[in-house]
Amino acid sequence: MEQYDVICIGGGPAGLAAALSARENGAGRVCIIERDMELGGILQQCIHKGFGLQIFGEDLSGPEYAQRFINEVRNSDIEVKTDTMVLEITPQKTVYTLNPQQGYNILQAKALILSMGCRERTRGALAIPGSRPAGVLTAGAAQRLVNIEGCRIGRKIVILGSGDIGLIMARRMSLEGAKVLAVAEIMPFSSGLTRNIVQCLEDFQIPLLLQHTVSEIRGRNRLESLIISKVDDKLQTIPGTEKEYICDTLLLSVGLLPEIELPFASGITLDKRSRGPRVNESMETSIPGIFACGNVAHVHDLVDYVTEESRKAGRSAACYVRGELKPAAAINIVAGEGIAYVLPQEIRPANCREFFELFFRVAKVYTNAGVNVFINDKKIKSYHKKHMAPGEMEKLKIKPEMLIAAESIKLEIEQISC
Amino acid sequence: MKYDIVIIGAGISGTAIANALARYERSVLVIEKSNDVSNGASKANSGIVHAGYDAEPGTMMAKFNISGKSLYPELCTRLDVPYRKTGSLLLAFSDKEMQTLEELKKRGDINGVQGLQILDAPDVLDREAHINPDVKAALYAPDAGIVSPYELCIALMENAMDNGVSLWLESPVKNIRRSRRNYLIETSGKSVESSCIINCAGVYADTVHNMLLPQMFTIRPRRGEYFLLDKYAAGQVGHILFQCPSAQGKGILVAPTVHANVIVGPNAEEISDPDATETSARGLKEVWETALKSIPDLPYNQVITTFSGVRAEPSSGDFIIRDYPEMPGYIDVAGIKSPGLTAAPAIAGHVVEMLETQTGKMQQRSAFRERRRELPHFHQLSHEARRELVKKDPRFGRIICRCESVTEGEIVDAIHRNAGAKTLDGVKRRTRCGGGRCQGGFCGPRIIEILSRELDIPREKVRKDNAGSGILFETAAEEVYHGTV
Repeated sequence: MEQYDVICIGGGPAGLAAALSARENGAGRVCIIERDMELGGILQQCIHKGFGLQIFGEDLSGPEYAQRFINEVRNSDIEVKTDTMVLEITPQKTVYTLNPQQGYNILQAKALILSMGCRERTRGALAIPGSRPAGVLTAGAAQRLVNIEGCRIGRKIVILGSGDIGLIMARRMSLEGAKVLAVAEIMPFSSGLTRNIVQCLEDFQIPLLLQHTVSEIRGRNRLESLIISKVDDKLQTIPGTEKEYICDTLLLSVGLLPEIELPFASGITLDKRSRGPRVNESMETSIPGIFACGNVAHVHDLVDYVTEESRKAGRSAACYVRGELKPAAAINIVAGEGIAYVLPQEIRPANCREFFELFFRVAKVYTNAGVNVFINDKKIKSYHKKHMAPGEMEKLKIKPEMLIAAESIKLEIEQISC
Repeated sequence: MKYDIVIIGAGISGTAIANALARYERSVLVIEKSNDVSNGASKANSGIVHAGYDAEPGTMMAKFNISGKSLYPELCTRLDVPYRKTGSLLLAFSDKEMQTLEELKKRGDINGVQGLQILDAPDVLDREAHINPDVKAALYAPDAGIVSPYELCIALMENAMDNGVSLWLESPVKNIRRSRRNYLIETSGKSVESSCIINCAGVYADTVHNMLLPQMFTIRPRRGEYFLLDKYAAGQVGHILFQCPSAQGKGILVAPTVHANVIVGPNAEEISDPDATETSARGLKEVWETALKSIPDLPYNQVITTFSGVRAEPSSGDFIIRDYPEMPGYIDVAGIKSPGLTAAPAIAGHVVEMLETQTGKMQQRSAFRERRRELPHFHQLSHEARRELVKKDPRFGRIICRCESVTEGEIVDAIHRNAGAKTLDGVKRRTRCGGGRCQGGFCGPRIIEILSRELDIPREKVRKDNAGSGILFETAAEEVYHGTV
């Protein structure tokens, strides 16, 4: 059985940054396992710009951003296993892998970093009524077919969901010569970045239908048309508002979910809010020495934040291997009113030397609102925010002195009347 | 072209009969209108091997349910098809329904169902922790089970073909004529002659019947909608949970599947178009809300897909399995509604007897292959066996479907078997690739690639299912080059 200090499962932006950081922070033998044929993860199909503004101060494409990390990995002694699938991990950090050339192998690590990213919600998960024809696919699958495989997926397209991938694909399909009829969004706001709404929809005169959803799919073989209906405040379709759109393709950008097969099967505690593993200040999961970072922990809007978070996970894994990560009393962090999720879900003050960042998303759009921080149920701070939307991740700094004698931390949003 | 026997329809009845006939020295052809076997009601049903207490004593449904059920364990072992005896619970929530349990138990006893028991509420809750605590009692049938209906169909057909049976896909029957000794069957493409016809045309069985005989029955299409839940919901239910039956059918069930998912459905809706396998908002809502009566905490966020199947509801109320003195060699196997899946293996044996009565004893084939060529279930192999398999064929070392851990080797194998996969849906039904929680999001593009390579067709010709269900278009440049625009 091959022995490693740290194994990163997944060679996308999270795994790359985590592995580099683990190695830089003193971990000995480090390995990245990637199921695709090459490193870079989903970035390889994101050929648009907008990556790296925070980390590099440059506007890079996805493959360019990934390549900087891939080059660093190639120039290091980090081992890379591509075209390799992890079938199973154990709490003892044994990793079962499968690769066409090297076959079926069992590896042993001192620390594991889960960096498998996320997957897309599907038509099935939404239970959209109607027929089940060809031509209904997730935006990410479409993006792979178009940008990597060089395929043409449709001529007349409707996009359901205004998440970032949906918006990006609206522009991409337009550039590919297809007609994008509309982007329908069930919520009264888009979950995508504002810059993407401007650059991908408005610049291409693609209508964004807020509070609308696909209420029926038609066409027995290939998609023939869709019925789009308006929805009420309870997200129920309103009879009489149906409109038929003749199209051959429906792309779904209706949410991303952390890829939790491995943590679920190995008994790692999952968080109902983030849908990923519960993590502490070191990005460590409920099993000591198993860390999670990037979209497997929670779905990020910017890859730059994935990189930052994953560097922290890599550093923590190196600490763990050296025996320096202390098991200690933990403070629970609770997502209160108006908060969709908060991460990490717990903090061990003994492991926090400097200030500490909390990441959270709000559950709906807020203008003029306060983010209240409660410690032991007592409001100790309130931050004023002009605008917050579920599509944009928020950050909050917590200073170590705030944690003295803290037993619980709660975040809550308060609407401030103007 | 001439065959001794032509079977019309490659659903569960047609494939079971084909498989039974493959043992004899007869040339057999199965004609199917769709592009795959098991592409009608046989792919979209509850996948239940029923205990047999539902049907009225004396009906064919009662008779073949009991005899069919007893053939399942051996049949599924022989053909390597997933089948599991889970037992079923028919739940009663009122005094009136308690009475129904008594009646059905009595009926089951008459039909010859073994081991039926009425359990009181604590006993029921003891067996199924998530059941609605308002339950009053349940009829427990220990030998009810679950099976993968489409995998069974595929296996029956494959094994029949391994033994010489032929299959024509995409061949809807247009007309049947009777000459002096034979029948001439015209399909959309070619024609074939045969001395016997077995009509297993499902929702179209009346149409086929009427090509040769005066109308004697009608088949009404009855649609049932379903939800399929992720494996994460598997802990919700261990037995098949029925609610008390109504005039509309056996009611909405919640049951485990052989692949560790949970299935919920069906409702029953009379429709006019036999091909209308759409789901509706109203129907899905009805199914879900009714199912909550059995399991109040059924997790909606674990739904991975919804679908519907159209069952063949005969005007007679019972299976129509019969021959006609004026039409020698012609047999109807029509109106095979629930418990048709359970009954199919027994119906097949019965049809063989009917044929022998008509045409004389058939001679057994000397070299009948009982078993299918071994299926490579990578997921289920031991460490050592996995290592060996990958060494022998590296394609088993590449996972294509992440949700269900299906390797490229398994997909390639499924394509090249008899009655093999030719479409994305075909690959899904044979390997589970794309049937998991991502519903083909990750693996779809790669399966298109594999189908294109293995079938030696361009990617634009790879289809999801039937003709017209292409996934990719030619690029603009290709269109200009081929003059298609």
